[in-house]
Amino acid sequence: MIPHLLSMADLDAAAITRILDTAESLKGVALRPIKKVPILRGRTVCNLFYEDSTRTRISFEIAAKRLSADVINFSLTGSSVAKGESLKDTALTLQAMGVDAVVVRHAASGAPTQLTRWINARVLNAGDGWHQHPTQALLDLFTIRERRSRVAGLRVTICGDIAHSRVARSLTQGLVTMGATVTLVGPPTLIPPGASHWGAAINHDLDVTLPQTDVLYLLRMQRERMGEPCFPSIREYTRLWGVNRDRLAALPEDAIVMHPGPMNRGVEITADVADAGSAVITDQVTNGIAVRMSCLYLMLGGEEARGESTAFPKSASSRAAEKHSVSPPAVGGDSRGDPGKGSK
Amino acid sequence: MRPKQVLAAADVERALRRMAHEVLERNKGAAQLVLMGIHTRGVPLAARLAANLAAIEGVPVPAGQLDITLYRDDYVRTGPRPLGRTTFPCDIDGKVVILVDDVLYTGRTIRAGMDAVIDQGRPAGIQLAVLVDRGHRELPIRPDYVGKNLPTSLSEVVNVRLVEIDGADEVLLRKKNPAGEGGYDVPNGRRRAQG
Repeated sequence: MIPHLLSMADLDAAAITRILDTAESLKGVALRPIKKVPILRGRTVCNLFYEDSTRTRISFEIAAKRLSADVINFSLTGSSVAKGESLKDTALTLQAMGVDAVVVRHAASGAPTQLTRWINARVLNAGDGWHQHPTQALLDLFTIRERRSRVAGLRVTICGDIAHSRVARSLTQGLVTMGATVTLVGPPTLIPPGASHWGAAINHDLDVTLPQTDVLYLLRMQRERMGEPCFPSIREYTRLWGVNRDRLAALPEDAIVMHPGPMNRGVEITADVADAGSAVITDQVTNGIAVRMSCLYLMLGGEEARGESTAFPKSASSRAAEKHSVSPPAVGGDSRGDPGKGSK
Repeated sequence: MRPKQVLAAADVERALRRMAHEVLERNKGAAQLVLMGIHTRGVPLAARLAANLAAIEGVPVPAGQLDITLYRDDYVRTGPRPLGRTTFPCDIDGKVVILVDDVLYTGRTIRAGMDAVIDQGRPAGIQLAVLVDRGHRELPIRPDYVGKNLPTSLSEVVNVRLVEIDGADEVLLRKKNPAGEGGYDVPNGRRRAQG
């Protein structure tokens, strides 16, 4: 398993399948009377969120807690970041506190990768700028596989604001890796120039693609990321690319409709489509917990995954303890910070 | 070195039949029983034992499967393992849950299995049935029903093969390869190979 989860580009089909298979087993934990297993007892996961997020942060928090890890939430407001601390200093602080995994969301593309150069803890990218959101792509692949029993060979249409969407980038990569056929649909201003290299087809007419679509994936207008408007008006967008009951009827009968949330009902999706039987939007949310549990489980096992804090160097106390050595560590090498223990 | 056959197919069948009678004698019938097979080879053994119980008593005996990976104590040491399925066939509150496994060795798997069962409900009791008890316990755990007591040395490997998984029923005893090959359940959790 890869040490960090930074980008869907790092995962081949075997790695993705392993994550999805593990998630399938872990999904059962939510159905038990006690929705918790002890496997990550003693591990600490920090949610480091530099951008607003409700569902992803809560989903990661529930995932870690269902595996019995301790969770620390670190958000912009009310923290040292608001006082001007840099990402690096914050990371080193978390490292010194012995955090085993950092779940990071940042407005700057590449921030999670940079983080891996500074700290030993596992890093999970929970969305960086316009770049990647790998756990979203994985939970979408999981949901597609669950509903359609496979991913390979399916025709997936991703419609909306492709340019500003890290979800579209990650998901397209994942779908192509798993052998699906992807078509990107949206106004020309919202299809990024490099999209022709993603391995996906590009089309601007949603109505043409609908009959050849097994999975319709709708994206929200990321108006907070657009400098200037990329289309004349919301009404025009909705008329050309918004999915209503008529467009839903144009899909093949067993097609599913997906959305990463938060939805703008009445813009890219009408309320009746969002609540239709073919919409699997709440399944995506449920599956997100299982997929994040799977990533944490697969990344935090083994000796090397233990976060090393500077205050508890492995050379002295912990390594000696692992070997069940009878003699206590040398006083000089013992830096457990407890003077009483070191002298025994 | 050639492995030595300890139990042949007929011996396995006879052991499971005797164990079924012991289970019924001790529990005064099969009414409250739930059999839980521990992955991998405990699962078909539990199904067979349940079938034997049902045949003797004339009542269906529920059998499920238990994957104890998420309750193991060696995750930090060995890293993540593939997960199996856990399915409880019915509510276990007030029932007698019988854990079924192929080989009892250190007892760590059973400790994990008991924790997994207790997270699911509050059974009236938990009992343990194993096809082979090879000794070398590291925890205060003992089996209630044993197919075969097999004194072994730590340098030996007990290999249970079952029709459902391996194509044949037999129990083999062989020397561990010097190349550090994992045994069934090596003491201190150094490594556990499938089989």
